[in-house]
Amino acid sequence: MLITRKAEFSASHVCARPDWSEEQNRLVYGAAANPHGHGHNYSLEVTLEGEPDPATGMIFDLKALKEIVNHQVIDALDHRHLNKEVKPFDHIVPTVENVAIEIWNRLAPQFPAGGPAKLRNVRLYETDDLYVDYAGGELS
Amino acid sequence: MIRLTRRYRFSASHRLHSDRFSAAENADLYGKCNHPYGHGHDYVLEVSVTGPVDPKSGTAVLLPALDELVDKWIVQPFEHRDLNTEVPEFAQRVPTSENLVDVIEERLKANWTAYFASQWPRLEKIRLQETQRNLFERTI
Repeated sequence: MLITRKAEFSASHVCARPDWSEEQNRLVYGAAANPHGHGHNYSLEVTLEGEPDPATGMIFDLKALKEIVNHQVIDALDHRHLNKEVKPFDHIVPTVENVAIEIWNRLAPQFPAGGPAKLRNVRLYETDDLYVDYAGGELS
Repeated sequence: MIRLTRRYRFSASHRLHSDRFSAAENADLYGKCNHPYGHGHDYVLEVSVTGPVDPKSGTAVLLPALDELVDKWIVQPFEHRDLNTEVPEFAQRVPTSENLVDVIEERLKANWTAYFASQWPRLEKIRLQETQRNLFERTI
């Protein structure tokens, strides 16, 4: 069975590589390459997979999940400039793909093998009209 | 691998009517959708692609290219148009949303390589919302 917890954070970013020309950055990132940055209201959906504990009837304590998401992700990213304030985006472009992968990497150690639930999927909305799903595993 | 989903919108009119059936059969089969002068919807289209994340750009898809592809071949030709009379594929096909999903798939596939030269990203899913209560989805 799957359970999903939602959370939101707002952050600014610039999607551009300093070693690329302005033209190349615009080709790859469009308006997201504008040099002074811009922001989004990100919406995050964290999905866990497990079976309900027969005693509690719960897969995972949702209060604990909320605290994990807040502590590992929201507190670090909310109202921050991702490139300037959040590692590893000082040297990795904070595309929606990379932000989702970073969120996965921050959350995954909280759900070790043998625990009550495993991390199944991270869905990150950058806007209402753009989101990515990352379920771990090989990137290339 | 990561999956990226982008949402697009267009408003169009259509009328469900098939020459294979009599007027009475059409009225019975398609109900209100067979009313003689057509009607319209605010369609919401979701296009999902999958691919590896390029380590340099941090992207799985060249988003400006995907936007240009969908805008040129889907949104612009359908936006504020009558599907029956202004979209050639519907000269011989009833513009149900099932058929519209198929036409969208055909158009995206036919023009895909002009925008994406390598094997990635791959078109994975098309999801079309005709109204807030009617959803049509095909995994490619």
